[in-house]
Amino acid sequence: MSETETRAAVPAPRAEEKPLLKVEGLVKHFPLKKGLLQRQVGAVKAVDGIDFEVRRGETLGVVGESGCGKSTMGRLITRLLEPSGGRIEFDGQDITHLNTSGMRPLRRDVQMIFQDPYGSLNPRHTIGTIVSAPFKLQGVEPEGGVKKEVQRLLELVGLSPEHYNRYPHEFSGGQRQRIGIARALALKPRMVVADEPVSALDVSIQAQVVNLMDDLQDELGLTYVIIAHDLSVVRHVSDRIAVMYLGKIVELADRDALYQSPMHPYTKALLSAVPIPDPRRRGAKSERILLKGDVPSPISPPSGCRFHTRCWKATEVCRTTEPPLAELKPGQRVACHHPENFEDQQPQDVVLLTAAKEAGELVPDEVLAQSAETSAAVAAEVEAAEKAEAPAEGPAETEVAKETGDK
Amino acid sequence: MISYIIRRTIAAVILLLVVTAVTFGIFFILPKLAGQTADQLAQQYIGKNPTPEDIAAVKANLGLDQPVYVQYWEFIKGIVSGATYDLGPTTVQCNAPCFGYSFKDHLEVWPQLTERLPVTLSLAVGAAVLWLVGGIAAGVVSALKPGSFFDRSAMGVALAGVSLPMFFTGQLALLLFSYELEIFGRTYVPFTENPSQWANTLFLPWCSLALLYSAIYARLTRSGMLETMNEDFIRTARAKGLRERKVVVRHGLRAALTPLVTVFGMDIGLLLGGAVITETVFSLHGIGEYAVQSITANDLPPILGVTLLAAFFVVFMNLVVDLLYATIDPRVRLS
Amino acid sequence: MTELSKTGAAVGEPVRSGDAPDAFLEVRDLKVHFPTDDGLVKSVDGLSFQLEKGKTLGIVGESGSGKSVTSLAIMGLHRLGARGKNVRMSGEIWLEGKELVSASPDEVRRLRGREMAMIFQDPLSAMHPYYTVGSQIVEAYRVHNDVDKKTARRRAVELLDRVGIPEPDKRVNNYPHEFSGGMRQRAMIAMALVNNPELLIADEPTTALDVTVQAQILDLIRDLQKEFGSAVIIITHDLGVVAEIADDILVMYGGRCVERGPVDDIFYQPQHPYTWGLLGSMPRIDREQTDRLIPVKGQPPSLINVPAGCAFNPRCPYADVPKDNVTRTERPDLREVGGRHFTACHLSQEDRTRIWNEEIAPKL
Repeated sequence: MSETETRAAVPAPRAEEKPLLKVEGLVKHFPLKKGLLQRQVGAVKAVDGIDFEVRRGETLGVVGESGCGKSTMGRLITRLLEPSGGRIEFDGQDITHLNTSGMRPLRRDVQMIFQDPYGSLNPRHTIGTIVSAPFKLQGVEPEGGVKKEVQRLLELVGLSPEHYNRYPHEFSGGQRQRIGIARALALKPRMVVADEPVSALDVSIQAQVVNLMDDLQDELGLTYVIIAHDLSVVRHVSDRIAVMYLGKIVELADRDALYQSPMHPYTKALLSAVPIPDPRRRGAKSERILLKGDVPSPISPPSGCRFHTRCWKATEVCRTTEPPLAELKPGQRVACHHPENFEDQQPQDVVLLTAAKEAGELVPDEVLAQSAETSAAVAAEVEAAEKAEAPAEGPAETEVAKETGDK
Repeated sequence: MISYIIRRTIAAVILLLVVTAVTFGIFFILPKLAGQTADQLAQQYIGKNPTPEDIAAVKANLGLDQPVYVQYWEFIKGIVSGATYDLGPTTVQCNAPCFGYSFKDHLEVWPQLTERLPVTLSLAVGAAVLWLVGGIAAGVVSALKPGSFFDRSAMGVALAGVSLPMFFTGQLALLLFSYELEIFGRTYVPFTENPSQWANTLFLPWCSLALLYSAIYARLTRSGMLETMNEDFIRTARAKGLRERKVVVRHGLRAALTPLVTVFGMDIGLLLGGAVITETVFSLHGIGEYAVQSITANDLPPILGVTLLAAFFVVFMNLVVDLLYATIDPRVRLS
Repeated sequence: MTELSKTGAAVGEPVRSGDAPDAFLEVRDLKVHFPTDDGLVKSVDGLSFQLEKGKTLGIVGESGSGKSVTSLAIMGLHRLGARGKNVRMSGEIWLEGKELVSASPDEVRRLRGREMAMIFQDPLSAMHPYYTVGSQIVEAYRVHNDVDKKTARRRAVELLDRVGIPEPDKRVNNYPHEFSGGMRQRAMIAMALVNNPELLIADEPTTALDVTVQAQILDLIRDLQKEFGSAVIIITHDLGVVAEIADDILVMYGGRCVERGPVDDIFYQPQHPYTWGLLGSMPRIDREQTDRLIPVKGQPPSLINVPAGCAFNPRCPYADVPKDNVTRTERPDLREVGGRHFTACHLSQEDRTRIWNEEIAPKL
């Protein structure tokens, strides 16, 4: 089955269909202790209030730079970590604070694939033991016996059933990742969370594993959450993509919308930074947005919009008010006061921060002009639409925009 | 940093209290649990054929008829502020830190310890210098040429050094060099009196002790060095064009030796609490020998004193090691 | 960029061995073999290329293809350390008219860090954790320059400033762990450039970094190259990186060069099935991909048992196209297939053109 068909097969979200996973206000703070009495003096705000949902049968990609909290998020939704706050709902059931025994049935439904195909397999166990471990842990006796089922799984992931009695060190990186996948699929999970599943692999092998995961999704109707830093891989595998920055989701959108017209300046900068394997587009590197400095510390993230210290569009409101993750276009949620490719949410706010001035120096003029243009064009369009529709009710976001504009 | 030291010191004091409590418990409570009465205990300390008066005197003197916690409290108080013993006609003032009196020779414990400490200190420090130089040098050379003749013979000697017991190598050395060849003296002379004589008599104990330890240190250095020389930063140092010697010493050794600091601190701490076998073999009147004497005589106050002193050294050296570590490795933050 | 590849004689037929070439850097038939208990590891097995000053060569390949060993061999670093004691090496490496394979270790050492410098993949482990960033740069400067510490320190601050470290006079006293990943790589670059080397080798310089930082570092390398006019070898597995920065590309497989040529040729007229495989397995960020990725089947070869004939034959979908089983018996030579574009493949020119145009290009 080709990928286009797969994608087409993913049903558009109907209102009555509940998402498989629903996350609301999820928070994970790792406390920092200090001093004579080991008082808590602060916390690493790894995940700091995120909302999203994963629909049945889709692939949600999660991207962001190291330290943005994407891996912590993965461990929270698989409940390998205990959330500090918020709510996680899997298939309608609240799993936020389930204890180990309460989690047992869930462990069948939700599985995880890890980055390091070397570190996640016990070198002293045979492949058979490793892949059959989930059956033993869950006390499940598959039809036809464990061994037969394990051999079927090995075949499913493209390994030979004869590998049953071999040890992990006899396999290459790509094959080990296949073993990890076989183990994850043993109990027929409904959702698989994969944390950097291919980043440790060579390019040619990476493609093998990506294709395998694709095929398995078709065959078994899996739902994936794929966490990765490689934006090309994420574009290839995902239906929808969440962009994280410093413990927050800054943009959550359908794949094509996100890659073709990103709305958050951070998303735009991130996409523009990816080197394009096309030497003729070297001239296009003038579009590249170089971000100033490094990601701030998650211990004391910037106030307001966390990206304002590196954003060339930042204004005073960005420093003081945290923008909500709002659905500005159908299927595209953004947390920004001054989104790209859309009308400005805070047009009256013009005070440029010094940080923004510095950041702006690194951004090519074309990009600045272009983003101003698109925002202006969209604003004009909206205005025209408003005139035509007024006083009939317009989309919620234009009303909000109008209100702020009228102030 | 300051807060760290304070916290560690408090922890150390608590630890030492626990050590005293446990030692105290073993020698005072366990016999009682085993059914011995205070009378019987007191009798043990006096020797054969005690009169009831003697027993009563010892009992009162030691407070054996008092509850255990009172006895323990008195003991701790003695260490901190000194104690006064009422021996009937006379009272004896025991100045702080007072570890009491030996039951056997009735000498005060603390002066005994301070008198013997220089002997143990001389032995430990001298041996440490020898084993550090020998062990690390052998380990480094072995690591730079793994599998070479030197490496294999050095590691062979190291294996022998670890496996041969001190009372064998020590006795042998004593017999050969001291009794037969009469090169080295056998009576300890304090450094302050005659340094060369001091070194002369201590040479054999140093070497015997150092043989054991340098074997361990050679192996530790070798494995640490082998690992470090494969690190990326060694490659960087070479890529700068540094001479290999500088790469090894400035970049390799510094990183490879850091873990040794921990081991060394522990070893010195332990040795200062008495190098029991070495002191016995070479008849050095140090802390270790004192401990052996007291234990065989079931003489409680010296045992308590030695235990506490040994524990103090271990705890103290641990703190020193941690502080040292933070200065060597800037990544370690003490807070 | 096309003008560059026309004028820059960065890739060409190597001169017959023995005499000094005109090229700034020329590697001829380089072989680096490591005897191990399991057998002879042929990390690099007959590699040749040339590089001019001011040009950038990208060496592309998967792990174990020999790309890192090549760079270490040029630097003379593979001979040092426990593993280097019994390395077997042959061929020639000419740097500015000096031959390095036959040179004494001390001669090579004196060139290292001065004429040729290197930056590594993981800047955290590549810097000594116990010394400040400044003192490590000072050390690199004073190896080759007889100056006092104060002068060297001024030089270190100057370089840190040049590579874009804010407040360099303060940061010079920081330890590597107090820098962020991007800052550390900048500091590594400062350390490598402190003696104005004419050859800079960057081994996966951005692999350990985030994409936004990667963009900054690539930019920096490009700017510095323009400023210093040095030759740069960039080793990477990321075709995006070489497309951004390289003038010429050398594709390695199993310790050998399978294809090399100007960057445009490699991307738009690739000739070797392995290069096709690399291009096909790469997910693209710049375009909508309707089809599945086209992976290279199988696993990379063992360097102890490199397949006979063409090393790529077990994984090559076209291994049976040439007649007489030649792909499994005969090792293909590197042949020129166009201006300065070379490939080592038994497929005929017609077959290659046909397969590329009909089967590969439409799917990319």
